[in-house]
Amino acid sequence: MSVFVLRRLVTLLATLVGASLIIFLVLDALPGNAAQMLMGADASPDAVRALTIKLGLDQPLTVRYLQWIKGMAVGDLGNSYVYGTPVAGLIAERLVLTIPLAIMSMLITVTLALAAGIYTAANHNKLGDVGVMSLTQVGIALPNFWFAILLILLFSVKLQWLSAGGFAGWDDGIWPGVKSLLLPAISLAVVQAAILARVTRSAVLEVLREDFVRTARAKGLGKREVLWSHVLRNAMIPVMTVMGLQFANLLAGTIVIENVFYLPGLGRLIFQSIANRDLIVVRNCVMLLAAMVVIVNFVVDVLYAFIDPRIKVHDL
Amino acid sequence: MGNPANAPLIDVDNLGVRLNTSRGPAQAVRGISFSLKRGETLGLVGESGCGKSVTALALMGLLPDNAVLGGSVRLDGRQLIKLSDADYCKLRGNRISMIFQEPMTALNPMHTIGQQVAEPLRRHKNYSAGQARTEAIALLDRVGLPDAAKRVDAYPHQFSGGQRQRVTIAMALACEPDLLIADEPTTALDVTIQGQILDLIADLVEERGMSMILISHDLGVIAENVERMMVMYGGTVVESGPTDEVFRRMGHPYTQGLFRARPRFGARKGTRLKTITGTVPELADLPSGCTFADRCPLVVDGCRAALPPVVEVGHGHGVRCIRTDVSMADRVGAVSA
Amino acid sequence: MSDPLTAAVGLPTTSVPSRPATGFWRRALRHRSFVLGAALVCLVIGSALLSLVWTPWPAYEIDIASKLKPPSFSHWLGTDSFGRDIVSLLLVGARSTILVGIIAVGIGLTSGVCFGLLAAARKGWTEELIMRMSDFTFAFPAVLSAIMLAAVVGPGMLTSITAIGIFQIPIFVRVTRGSANAIWAREFVLAARASGKGGFRITIEHVLPNILSILIVQATIQFALAILAEAALSYLGLGTQPPQPSWGRMLNDAQTLLFQSPMLAVYPGAAIAVAVLGLNLLGDGLRDLLDPRLARER
Repeated sequence: MSVFVLRRLVTLLATLVGASLIIFLVLDALPGNAAQMLMGADASPDAVRALTIKLGLDQPLTVRYLQWIKGMAVGDLGNSYVYGTPVAGLIAERLVLTIPLAIMSMLITVTLALAAGIYTAANHNKLGDVGVMSLTQVGIALPNFWFAILLILLFSVKLQWLSAGGFAGWDDGIWPGVKSLLLPAISLAVVQAAILARVTRSAVLEVLREDFVRTARAKGLGKREVLWSHVLRNAMIPVMTVMGLQFANLLAGTIVIENVFYLPGLGRLIFQSIANRDLIVVRNCVMLLAAMVVIVNFVVDVLYAFIDPRIKVHDL
Repeated sequence: MGNPANAPLIDVDNLGVRLNTSRGPAQAVRGISFSLKRGETLGLVGESGCGKSVTALALMGLLPDNAVLGGSVRLDGRQLIKLSDADYCKLRGNRISMIFQEPMTALNPMHTIGQQVAEPLRRHKNYSAGQARTEAIALLDRVGLPDAAKRVDAYPHQFSGGQRQRVTIAMALACEPDLLIADEPTTALDVTIQGQILDLIADLVEERGMSMILISHDLGVIAENVERMMVMYGGTVVESGPTDEVFRRMGHPYTQGLFRARPRFGARKGTRLKTITGTVPELADLPSGCTFADRCPLVVDGCRAALPPVVEVGHGHGVRCIRTDVSMADRVGAVSA
Repeated sequence: MSDPLTAAVGLPTTSVPSRPATGFWRRALRHRSFVLGAALVCLVIGSALLSLVWTPWPAYEIDIASKLKPPSFSHWLGTDSFGRDIVSLLLVGARSTILVGIIAVGIGLTSGVCFGLLAAARKGWTEELIMRMSDFTFAFPAVLSAIMLAAVVGPGMLTSITAIGIFQIPIFVRVTRGSANAIWAREFVLAARASGKGGFRITIEHVLPNILSILIVQATIQFALAILAEAALSYLGLGTQPPQPSWGRMLNDAQTLLFQSPMLAVYPGAAIAVAVLGLNLLGDGLRDLLDPRLARER
């Protein structure tokens, strides 16, 4: 294992521990007892106390925190206060929707952004560049949930091609599931793509000004070849950084978008759990989302080393 | 192409380059003419901003899109001005190659040096990956990169500046071009390395019978490496001729100033370095007459009226000055200095 | 949700004439994105101010009899499902949008700038600690913190303001520290240190004034992000609560009526987009105008 990866791994673990502490403290230690919240303000004190003991909420904070961490390590996240079923199962059920949704919208984002970014950089200051860049300026200003509503208006209300919400599941094959996630994925992707396209454009433009581009041209490579074989790989570093950061927004975005399309995903679960005061579910879901964000950014950091030979992977 | 042996390889006639800058159009190069036969070497000398590099890039067809070219550049009789980029790509790196000033940034940090040296071979000679790699190792070996076979897969950041410049030389020579343009190939290197690199280039040029255009701001480099030279100032050639002849009888006040301004080995302590007063004019607002008029010690009203014509002062030795009678009477030059 | 990186990538839609400064306003009026952005922002602020003294109809008045009216002379954009006038709701909604934005950016700006300046002035482990903390806050987008807060203290304007404010802090920390470090490396700071001035005085007298323009630009762009976040939270029901009108909430109401009155879902979203677009363009324009160095590099 290289020093580089090891150092990033230590930071990753520290961040995860910090995140778990904050989540735990905010959700469990702030005023208001979970049992009281569940039963409402006018529940009898005895009943509240009984529930408190039943849920293990009478234990000291540190013990409960360590129990949670231990549980996460072995995959036992406890039982939902409301449904009584294991939280891990509830989450797993919902991830079947949320993970494909995130992947689909990331794919759409990257495809749109790279295409637009490279096109505009290659046609710097020409009409196409100005046009596409103005579009991205508008794209950045769109709230993604409004864009989702507009898509519904167009494709479901007017054209009636796709349903306005709900999830078909994966039981009847891949296509019905993908179809029901198409509009949500597009509405998540378009706004992100507008941002990423701008990052890509300026990264490519910056690399195009480098001396080695002129060297490559002097070797007899055409503009297009230089772009593909020399420029893109160099421009990928900033683009990937932003992609990593966008993943956080994408996950946050799924919470909103799942609500727009009534999709039974992780975001919807968090949302319902807040309404139900099911704090143990909220806590684990938020932890999962935060962990995904942190891990994706860790992966991006390690990927740098594979893209850029100047970052040494094999040193010890 | 059926060219007679003594026909020029490259023939430049009245080359002009206008660049559109944010401050308006600038005539970066005016009326440059020369021709080179196979195996001949030419030096371009002048301060930075005088149009040397623009001339080189114009020959390579690598000026930015907004540059407007005039005149004619012929390679083996074929007109290169207004050649399509696709056709130019077949010449670049194949028949005309270029070595750049900054070895630190001229190589792609993401590709191995082997890939970069092999690239022109793959492109112009349709070598297979294996063939190109073998040839790349041979080339790297030839330019004096130690352990070429082992280090062919290393990345540019693992080499020193001098070694990187050897790599760019190997790259430029890969397809055995007819013409090599070296744009200040040693300026960015340590003084101790400079000589080695110049010797290497000189050896290779002779060995392969290439023509070379060497660009430098350093008169010493020019004196030792090329047969003929052109002194540029403000986008025009102010003096040109066989190197020995020019150094013996410098005709233009600018050449003389450049010569006096060079630091000298063994100069007495306390001797002040001579400088040319004033600064290089902005190409965007050049004076109408002689471009050097504002800094010239011999300036008279006539200098500002119009661009002076070229005066033949010796065999193949031309000076763009109307005051050669005075400037050359002083007999300033290497001999008298 | 939108991205904190908008800031890093904003590019001008027009190129600035790179002639040296001839008065800020004269250059500003020639800068297309600045003028357009400023006009849109003024439109939104103007609407909010206007709503304080006048609205076509009382924004809170429920009139079931005239619900879901199409646009007419009395109701320019029609009415919603409670018979409230859409134009009046949009005007009053601008108020909460701006209010949440100002307070949230205020929280992010003041604490972010303090931490950033401290990190740049103290260096060493203080800087390390602050930067690690801010990296880590990045893992919690505004919606996530708002959800946690809403789970504990309940939804509301205060919840959304706090969540958005916290989410703004790390961005301001990074920008402040980055630019402050650059100032600390300059000669005039060295001179000030040599003359015996302490870190606090140098920060106030030299560093802060020099990074002010960067902070103004960043605040403009963060304001846009705050508006997007507020809209999303109100849409989810975690932000501004009814009957207080807000654009996000209006979209939520409209979504249930998509088949009956689709236009109800168009107006509030367009209002959000106009506000955000205006702020982004204004930010880009300010960046070019306040920092000519950056403008010329492009």
